Amino acid sequence: MLGVFKSLATAVAAAVRRPVTVQYPTQKKELPHRSRGFPLLLWDAEHDEPFCTGCQVCARYCPTNCMTVTMKDNPQYAEGKSPRKKIVDRFFIDYARCMRCNICVEVCNFDAIVMDNTWRSVEMSRYDRQDLVMDLEALLYASKTGYLKDPFRIPMGMAHSGWMPKEERAKVGAASPEGG
Amino acid sequence: MAIEHELETIDLHINVGPQHPATHGVFRMILTVDGEKVVDCDPVIGYMHRGAEKLSENCDYRQAIGYQDRTEYLAQFNAEWTYCLAVEKLMGLQVPERAEYIRVILGELNRVASHLMFMGAFGTDVGFFGTPFMYAFREREVIQDFFEAITGERMMYNYFRPGGVAWDVPPDFVEQCRYVVNHVRRGVEELDALMTDNEVFMARCRGLSPVTPEQAINWGFSGPMLRACGLKHDLRRAEPYSIYDRFDFEIPTGTQGDVYDRYLVRMEEMKQALRIVEQALEQMPPHGPIMAEGLKRTIRVPPGEVYARTESPRGEYGVYLVSKGGDKPWRLKIRSAAFSNLSALKNLVVGNYVADAIIILGSIDIVLCEVDR
Repeated sequence: MLGVFKSLATAVAAAVRRPVTVQYPTQKKELPHRSRGFPLLLWDAEHDEPFCTGCQVCARYCPTNCMTVTMKDNPQYAEGKSPRKKIVDRFFIDYARCMRCNICVEVCNFDAIVMDNTWRSVEMSRYDRQDLVMDLEALLYASKTGYLKDPFRIPMGMAHSGWMPKEERAKVGAASPEGG
Repeated sequence: MAIEHELETIDLHINVGPQHPATHGVFRMILTVDGEKVVDCDPVIGYMHRGAEKLSENCDYRQAIGYQDRTEYLAQFNAEWTYCLAVEKLMGLQVPERAEYIRVILGELNRVASHLMFMGAFGTDVGFFGTPFMYAFREREVIQDFFEAITGERMMYNYFRPGGVAWDVPPDFVEQCRYVVNHVRRGVEELDALMTDNEVFMARCRGLSPVTPEQAINWGFSGPMLRACGLKHDLRRAEPYSIYDRFDFEIPTGTQGDVYDRYLVRMEEMKQALRIVEQALEQMPPHGPIMAEGLKRTIRVPPGEVYARTESPRGEYGVYLVSKGGDKPWRLKIRSAAFSNLSALKNLVVGNYVADAIIILGSIDIVLCEVDR
């Protein structure tokens, strides 16, 4: 009998404690800075164009082949307004296929793609699967409007992907990352 | 004059699953019952087969890690770890000290999270209904939040890489981890108080489907199922991989190998895992590299074959990897502990009551993704 009373006492002690749950749709827990939602593209406000050059390295390294990227000559480069020779023409990510593995972010040579760490990509339910295929405009939207304030960039440690922060990269010069 | 008439009976087939809450996933078991006694059990698996092995063979070595998470969705770090160990063995990579400690801490916390899930689900099987489930999930939530703060995902972490871990832990890692350990330890004690000494719980679990050590070895048991029979076999001790030879921990064993012993072994294992985490936090170097040097963007593995195994919460989780050079494995075979433990289900269940069959199935702690791959 003693064991049953011990169980009861435990349950009663827990009943008077503060609840750990939150009232989700109205109250939202703060997401950690590293939270990985779906991939988004970043907007280069300085040159008024996306960082992405359409080099397709993310599409090649994607385990689920959820990306389609094409490249074009950059018209701004011809006018001398931008340092990028090539620029992304079309970019599709099928969020229904994406498994949020972060590999595209790690392999990107231009820091052009990040994982969304806002609630926007957590609540990504749609009535139709077609609506989950995002085009360039949809991918750039969060960065362009400033909704995506502080995306998480992978710090040091990705020695094998050739990624390093911009300041670090400036220090070692224009050494291009190994790989292929 | 009364006519002596013997009542004719036939055995009844009961179909449990594949959509049944007590089967913990999409598992089907066809029970043949004589009254309340089970006389035959026919387990049917394969509903969750996604071909994870074949998918991994079509990916390069880094891409395949994402699929390892999905084979073992309760102990993802352990699955990633085994895969990375196999690749590292074949490549002869030296994992930096700090990365090893991070792996041990996360792996052990994952073990706790997995056993908490077992406690909750098992409590529901036994008839506790929601209470242990909610208690266990409250603690598991703390661990998951901690993992989310480090890796960014709540379930499919994709954090371990061949040669180390993908990125460094946050600066407040040690304090956060200590908080989690203390919090979870209290929660585990609470679960202990709720269930272990409860007479009703004991009455249902004690002496149910005892297994002798010889039987356990013959049936290919591993993990808590094996240790509940009294065999002190733990790969962390028997064949220390990573840095497990540096920690002081005990291997809990049972005596009879019954359902109650399996529960007790898991309960004690959680406490030991938290002990390992605390030791690792003390020994962990505060700075240092987290990735082996000299790795290129595409990992190429020399030809050869290797078998790496680790002690996952359910037992021996192994990865057999054959490489013929290049950036993709030629063959990847996953040895799943849950599958081996589950294959003895018929031997365990036959002769018991139908209601006990559910408890026995629960005590095996199956993860259907791991069974079917």
